[in-house]
Amino acid sequence: MLVSILPLAGLGTLLGFLLGVASRVLYVERSNVAREIEELLPGTQCGQCGSPSCGAAAEAAAAGELPPAFCPPGGRAVAEAVAGKLGLPLDLASLVDEQPRLAEINEDICIGCTRCYKVCPTDAIAGAAKQMHVVFADACTACGKCEEVCPTGCIRLVPVTETLQSWAWNQPSL
Amino acid sequence: MFSPRLRGGVHPPGHKELSNASPIRRFPMAERLYLPLQQHLGAPATPIVKVGERVRKGQLVASSQGTVSAPVHAPTSGVVRALAEHTAPHPSGLPVLAITLEPDGREEWDPSLAPVSDPLALPPEELCLRIGSAGIVGLGGATFPAAVKLGSSLKRGVDTLILNGGECEPYLTCDDRLMREEPGNIIRGALLMQHAVQARRVIVGIEDNKPQALAAIRKAAEGQGVEVRSVPSRYPMGSQKQLVQLLTGIELPAMSRAADSGVLMHNVATARAVYQALCQGRPLISRVVTLSGQALTHQGNWEVPLGTPASYLINYASGFDCAPARLIMGGPMMGIQLPDLNVPVIKGTSGILALTRKEINTDEPGPCVRCAGCVRACPMGLQPLEMAANIRNGDFEKARSLGLDDCVGCGACSYICPASLPLVHLFNYAKGELASRQREARKMEKTRALAQRREERLVRQAREREELMAARRAAAARKAAGEESPS
Repeated sequence: MLVSILPLAGLGTLLGFLLGVASRVLYVERSNVAREIEELLPGTQCGQCGSPSCGAAAEAAAAGELPPAFCPPGGRAVAEAVAGKLGLPLDLASLVDEQPRLAEINEDICIGCTRCYKVCPTDAIAGAAKQMHVVFADACTACGKCEEVCPTGCIRLVPVTETLQSWAWNQPSL
Repeated sequence: MFSPRLRGGVHPPGHKELSNASPIRRFPMAERLYLPLQQHLGAPATPIVKVGERVRKGQLVASSQGTVSAPVHAPTSGVVRALAEHTAPHPSGLPVLAITLEPDGREEWDPSLAPVSDPLALPPEELCLRIGSAGIVGLGGATFPAAVKLGSSLKRGVDTLILNGGECEPYLTCDDRLMREEPGNIIRGALLMQHAVQARRVIVGIEDNKPQALAAIRKAAEGQGVEVRSVPSRYPMGSQKQLVQLLTGIELPAMSRAADSGVLMHNVATARAVYQALCQGRPLISRVVTLSGQALTHQGNWEVPLGTPASYLINYASGFDCAPARLIMGGPMMGIQLPDLNVPVIKGTSGILALTRKEINTDEPGPCVRCAGCVRACPMGLQPLEMAANIRNGDFEKARSLGLDDCVGCGACSYICPASLPLVHLFNYAKGELASRQREARKMEKTRALAQRREERLVRQAREREELMAARRAAAARKAAGEESPS
């Protein structure tokens, strides 16, 4: 009996040791696509894509459950980066909203409840209790979280008005 | 004389004879003037007058803000009627904030404006400051604030000041007339600018299709140490890179400023404005505008107060012969197509053209036959056909690698294209697209930083609250223990 146990036990030990060594020596770093995608995202955890957080959305995109253009605040820039990372063709038509928008506070009905700036993921709203709140246009990503919590409905997402500075030539029709 | 070989260029019909025989006349005051706060490159000016306020001629009505900006002055005495949006002289036709001035017809000058008795005795920095506060911008059309250009050139130290009398755009004759009629003032302005940047020499370059202007400037420049040179007529000779290369032999490197190569270039009209500002105490409140095109009854040159609506200008000075097929502010090659005639004359308005159907290209764009006419025409040595093909395929980065950023938008390629392809339009579209992508990427970076900082702050706040609570609990426990122990 010993004759059968010893060689097998020895073989098991040896192979186990070899496997252990091989797993260290031949360790392949797993490419963490989800983490890399998450780094491309705005990280505001706004939830507009339907996922609870940017991390979860990145996992879903890496698994192919979300199209590359899943991130509305990220816009075209992020969609292109994600598509490039995943090697997928980019369908810009699937972008939820191509037109840039901004949160706007109707000052007539703002009661200064402070709820909106507490949820703003980019600190784009300034204000104090019972004081008028105001949106910093260049920090706002139009995620819409403030619109949801506003008790008086004074926050709306409005399209960004085109100015002489932001205007650019359209594509010529050829 | 041997001159460096220039690359590219086209010879569009000049049509200068339409207006170059008519002397500059002073344009009467319109009923209302619209003074946009943005008549220059850079940050818009900040209005410093109130609605209903009376202003005098030459009074500062909007001050410059930021390093690259220019102030705006009242072209006449009158009352500020509004501070509202008005159609901008811009291809978009978007509104721009403008001061509406109702002239009172009295032409009362602001008494605080005084000429400098001997501007050449002032230190160069002081001259730059005064030129800046007179609201002078590049009058050739680029409208870059003159003082900013002079100041940075002074700091870097330039060797040569070049006065641009090229006026290579067809139809325009405002600089031509100015050189014929006020050569002395232009040369005096040039000498003032030479002093402001401490340049060693001054060269005036004038295209050889303006012999009278050349003769007048030659005569005025005699004994002033100013070199006057005739340059061949070829569009775009008035472009900075071309003129600098022809006059000095220096080829300006891509993506660099002329001052880095020891050269500074200004338009002849800018030199005259500098003279007026320093020696007559008159800020930039009017400019010479060419009114031309065969849709007009009378072509000519007018000294127009800034802010005068284009419609008023045409109605008073000419009227239409026939319905114009295209209205252009500036020259036909690089000017902007006007949405309507509601727009005011601004500092960069070198001309207002009303062109007939015969004068413009109405052909539908066809397929590119790769004739490479655009490659030969491009003064910057680019390959417009390749760039255009990549842009049409949406590959903007490839277009950029082919030199899109070096394109000056002169329009030589569009002009020469036998397929009537809107090449410059394509390049402008691609430039705008690249710029907007850059803006988006910058915003994304900022958003990420903001979100991260907020995350860190929330964690810190939670920890601090925790610590505070712990400290309170500890204090309460100590207190309880202290109360218990003595007993």
